[in-house]
Amino acid sequence: MRKYLIRDGDVISGAAIAALGVYIISVAAKWDYMSIEGPGPGFFPIWYGIAMVVLSLALIGSKYLKPAVAVEREPIDWPGFSRAFATWLGFVVCAALLKPLGFTISFALLCFFLVAYVFRRPLRVALITAVVSSIAFYLVFSVALNVSLPTGLVGF
Amino acid sequence: MDVINGLAHGFGVALMPVNLMWCFVGCFLGTIVGILPGLGPAATIAMLMPLTYGMGPASGIIMLAGIYYGAKYGGSTTSILLNMPGESSSVVTCLDGYQMARRGRAGAALGIAAIASFIAGSFGIFALTLVAPPIAAFALSFSSPEYFALMFLGLALVVLLSGDSLIKGLIALLIGLWLTSIGTDLFTTQSRFTFGQSSLLGGVDFMIVAIGVFAIAEVLSSIKAGEETQVLPVPKGLRNLLPSMAELKACRFAFANGSITGFIIGVLPGAGSSIASFISYGIEKAVSKHPEKFGTGIPEGVAAPEGANNADTGGALVPLLTLGIPGGGTTAILLSALVLWGVKPGPLMMQDSPDVFWGLVASLYIGNVMLLVLNLPMVPLFAQILRIPVYILHPLIFGISIIGAYSVSSNLFDIGLLAGFGLLGYVMSVLKYPVSPLILGFVLGDAMERALRQSLMMSQGELSILVSRPISAAMLVIAVLILLSPLLPRFRKLRRDAIAEEG
Repeated sequence: MRKYLIRDGDVISGAAIAALGVYIISVAAKWDYMSIEGPGPGFFPIWYGIAMVVLSLALIGSKYLKPAVAVEREPIDWPGFSRAFATWLGFVVCAALLKPLGFTISFALLCFFLVAYVFRRPLRVALITAVVSSIAFYLVFSVALNVSLPTGLVGF
Repeated sequence: MDVINGLAHGFGVALMPVNLMWCFVGCFLGTIVGILPGLGPAATIAMLMPLTYGMGPASGIIMLAGIYYGAKYGGSTTSILLNMPGESSSVVTCLDGYQMARRGRAGAALGIAAIASFIAGSFGIFALTLVAPPIAAFALSFSSPEYFALMFLGLALVVLLSGDSLIKGLIALLIGLWLTSIGTDLFTTQSRFTFGQSSLLGGVDFMIVAIGVFAIAEVLSSIKAGEETQVLPVPKGLRNLLPSMAELKACRFAFANGSITGFIIGVLPGAGSSIASFISYGIEKAVSKHPEKFGTGIPEGVAAPEGANNADTGGALVPLLTLGIPGGGTTAILLSALVLWGVKPGPLMMQDSPDVFWGLVASLYIGNVMLLVLNLPMVPLFAQILRIPVYILHPLIFGISIIGAYSVSSNLFDIGLLAGFGLLGYVMSVLKYPVSPLILGFVLGDAMERALRQSLMMSQGELSILVSRPISAAMLVIAVLILLSPLLPRFRKLRRDAIAEEG
């Protein structure tokens, strides 16, 4: 058994998709597959669930069945991944803050975080970007275009 | 309504001042989006679509379509000046366009790209005008089994959208089918995959999925890459942007080649403008008297692919407007926009919504002229957009995405879903799963399930209804042949070559 395979993205994602397929089949099996009026709500999900399991196993199998050849792998760009993940986490925190703080403040905080931490710009630049862009968004969308934005406890 | 009357009616709609304004806004935004690497038309349309709810359907689709084809014009600018395609459809333009720019002919390369885009784009729209009515008339005889077969055929073409792994493309398609099943089953009121969340009973909105897997995922990918750009200078003044007579003469065949190839490839769902530009470039090279010069900076190498990727627009709108089948991610978003406005793309669209159908077609002619006027003299100005720092651009995309997602139903739960789909799109791109099949599965899955269940109701459960009707049987046979085509060594080689060239 080649141990490195367990770390391979295709194997891990294949296993995750297979698990999703099994979940879909197990849930859809509880619904009507066929009734007097025709196919029930379980008909379609069962079939694509089965296809999902088969294809994901084929993806994993293709990794194991390929002849072992020495392939030069690109080094993993960990700093790049951590920048992307930090950005995503910042976005998740912003989404969570929308209810208590509203769009304008949450978005300003997200901007500040991205500019200062992810893009490593001076704090002054980050602060100006955050304040100007959140005010611009408020004026363009809320005031000029009358688009409804999430409002928080402070009312905007 | 015949073609002439229809078109006259369409120009009446498209020339209304408000629609002219939205057409200009769409073309302008599209050009900017095309210029900016990392922000595609699909993401932009997805982000801005909720903001068009207040417009009439004709104005809305005119603007969104403007973004779609405007981006193809703009995409060549980055290919020529940066050797970095603004859009995937402009990849081939890098080969000769950047070389021309390096030799001090950036202006001529940009000019040829704009002229080829105009000629081929106009040809594509003219062909759409002629071809759409007979196809729609033919499709009027379709019933549920034919619709199921048509959707199945559309999904089968995923083999062309699957990048270098067909299995991954099919898995992405199945994920799209699963996502579209979430919510209440309209036949039986059974809630499916809602995880006890009442917010999911109405299903996952297409806009949330599209903004997440396109816009958010694109930002995350480009933040990971963190590339700096170096723009070649653009000569100022219209005179310096016009190609010489000798260069235009050399491009005569390339204009025709790009126009015809682009339109034909565009009609095929799943093929897309990247493939159209590769094929037209290949044809141009094959028939050239000096094929060895391709890649060194010759005008034909710019004119053919740029023409093809613009003629593709008219072609891609044929299946979308006449059959309701989108050929790729961006047309899938346009389809969902039409549905949201209460317009049903398909054989009856010309009769039921002539303002939208013919207004859109007429606006394409107008937009094409606008883009030529915009792109020739204003290229130096547009090139300045490339100097906007990413630390300003990326937060702006997040802001527009949040507003776009929230506008769908004013529900903060959707913003949480948006973050989830953004991560899904990013993980898919890291693991090299194509996103377009997911979008196609999501858009077509619901209608395909409905058509299948209606067909089986008609036949009381007999699957033979799908193959006993000639049109449905023919489409299913073609779909199966397409699905089996990767098993042919020749097809595999062609596909591998195209992907290797694209990469």
